[in-house]
Amino acid sequence: MAVADSGSATVTLPTEEQILITREFDAPKRLVYQAWTTPELVRRWWHANRGEVTVAEIDLRVGGAWRYVAVTPDGFEVAFHGEYREVVPNERIVATEVYEGAPQTDGADEGTLNTATFTELDGRTTLTTLVQAPSLEVRDAIIASGMEAGMQDALMLLEQVARSLR
Amino acid sequence: MARAATTADAFNAIAEPRRREILDALAGGERAVNDLVAVLELPQPQVSKHLRVLREVEAVLVRHDGRRRLYRLNGPALKPIHDWVKDYERTWSERFEQLNVVLEDLKRKEEGDGSGR
Repeated sequence: MAVADSGSATVTLPTEEQILITREFDAPKRLVYQAWTTPELVRRWWHANRGEVTVAEIDLRVGGAWRYVAVTPDGFEVAFHGEYREVVPNERIVATEVYEGAPQTDGADEGTLNTATFTELDGRTTLTTLVQAPSLEVRDAIIASGMEAGMQDALMLLEQVARSLR
Repeated sequence: MARAATTADAFNAIAEPRRREILDALAGGERAVNDLVAVLELPQPQVSKHLRVLREVEAVLVRHDGRRRLYRLNGPALKPIHDWVKDYERTWSERFEQLNVVLEDLKRKEEGDGSGR
């Protein structure tokens, strides 16, 4: 709350099966929502400075699919996809997220259920993303794979992007 | 609680708010159970229960000093999780930094709209 300028993201672990990512932006929520849901704009930020977003497909309706692919400078590709479960314009997006490199048998194909919430106060927007793993097994898979740098066929999520795009 | 048996790992240790408080308190140095009871303002059995979970995953270590049991933080047990969270945080910080650039662009374009279109 106290962070006035472009702070960094805050990550907390509210429960043993959840990860919460929070960040405040100096912009109204409809713009943050726009940047979050428009393919051309997603291409510009989702890479996290570790490569290039080559695919950003967004079919923004309940039951619609999304898919992002990023490629590192040395050619390693990571892909995620999912389905929108709830779409409330400028307010909230609930979607599943599956890491495509995950082994099929591990329960990781279930992916996580992610809720992005946009809250505006005095022209500033707080964006929170709650990542809900379906089980402790999947959560453990997220953590385990995230901790093995360079492990390319591991399970899950955004943190794989973090690891793999390094 | 029965849950502790199935979820006693380092991740669980830091996912529980009261246990995080205990870890915070121990970050300042070794403490006896009574100290922790005072700091957390929790009944002693509850503090002991949390300490037991923390001890099981070796997030804290205990030694006996006469009658007192002194607890201390065992950083290495938590480091992998700490590192993971930090790395995750770094990724999202960089991602959001770029998102911020996009937002500044969108804002500028909107301001320009009045005269621009």
